Amino acid sequence: MRRLGPDDDPDRLYTVTGGRSRADESRFDLVTLVVSECDPTPGMQSEHARILAMCQYPMAVVEISAELRLPVSIVKILLCDLLDGGRITARHPRSAPAAAQLPDPDLLKEVLVALHRL
Amino acid sequence: MHSTVSEQTAGRDHLRSTADNGLKIVIVGGFGVGKTTMVRSVSEIRPLNTEETMTRAGIGVDDPSGVESKSTTTVAFDFGRISINDQAVLYLFGAPGQERFWFLWDRLFSGTLGAVVLVDTRRLDDSWYAIDRLEHHRMPFIVARNDFGGSHHTLEQVREALDLSPDVPLIDCDARDRDSSKKVLIALVDHLYALSARETTP
Repeated sequence: MRRLGPDDDPDRLYTVTGGRSRADESRFDLVTLVVSECDPTPGMQSEHARILAMCQYPMAVVEISAELRLPVSIVKILLCDLLDGGRITARHPRSAPAAAQLPDPDLLKEVLVALHRL
Repeated sequence: MHSTVSEQTAGRDHLRSTADNGLKIVIVGGFGVGKTTMVRSVSEIRPLNTEETMTRAGIGVDDPSGVESKSTTTVAFDFGRISINDQAVLYLFGAPGQERFWFLWDRLFSGTLGAVVLVDTRRLDDSWYAIDRLEHHRMPFIVARNDFGGSHHTLEQVREALDLSPDVPLIDCDARDRDSSKKVLIALVDHLYALSARETTP
């Protein structure tokens, strides 16, 4: 699959992000679930509009990245814009353990039940 | 039907509106070892892929001198999804074990529940590095040998060749097979549960 990256289409990435190169990383995890709080409006940047359209149901940052065919870091910049404008909400992983810390046994039990059911 | 987070609609299946807790498990292995195959065999969605790129200056190397020292790191990865319950949804990532990937581990995979190192016994070198890195990141993991058929090595021999601690589960699997891949994930979560229970028991 052809994909955009800084090497092959710098113009588009520059345009998409307005030239910014970094988002506040801590605001979004790869699996933070994003939900739209409004519909796209006319004149809105097309990537913003697409995100709002696809996040009517919760969607992980990484899924948005795959759908838009944009690197995760670029998607995070776009999401920061939308979050600042109150157009999306972000549901962060609740259980994300700190480094070198094991996950909660109750959560693991739930995961096991679901895997056995597969 | 079981109550899961995903619902099928025309076209793409989406998560339930109650979904609010994303979880991660990473499958690491060398090129062609079967990571994508394993993700596909258990995922409830067609596996997707994306990438992360970053310039070296963005990783904490604060270099004000300018552009000439910047280098771009790109890592591509596949992922699939398994709904756990009304709130939790597990994302399964297939990721390459090469050096530049570990450069991005903290950024992409902090908070990961655990990892599976998928091993092809014909190319153990790839796995050594992955195991070393996971230990370095103190990320719990298991090792699964993807059986391409015709393996003449016992698991004990594989354990020895990988210099794997006796505490780390090592199992055989066939990544093409849903039940087999499911067993690998269950083995990982069983291992995590045992570690977690041990830690919380005084």
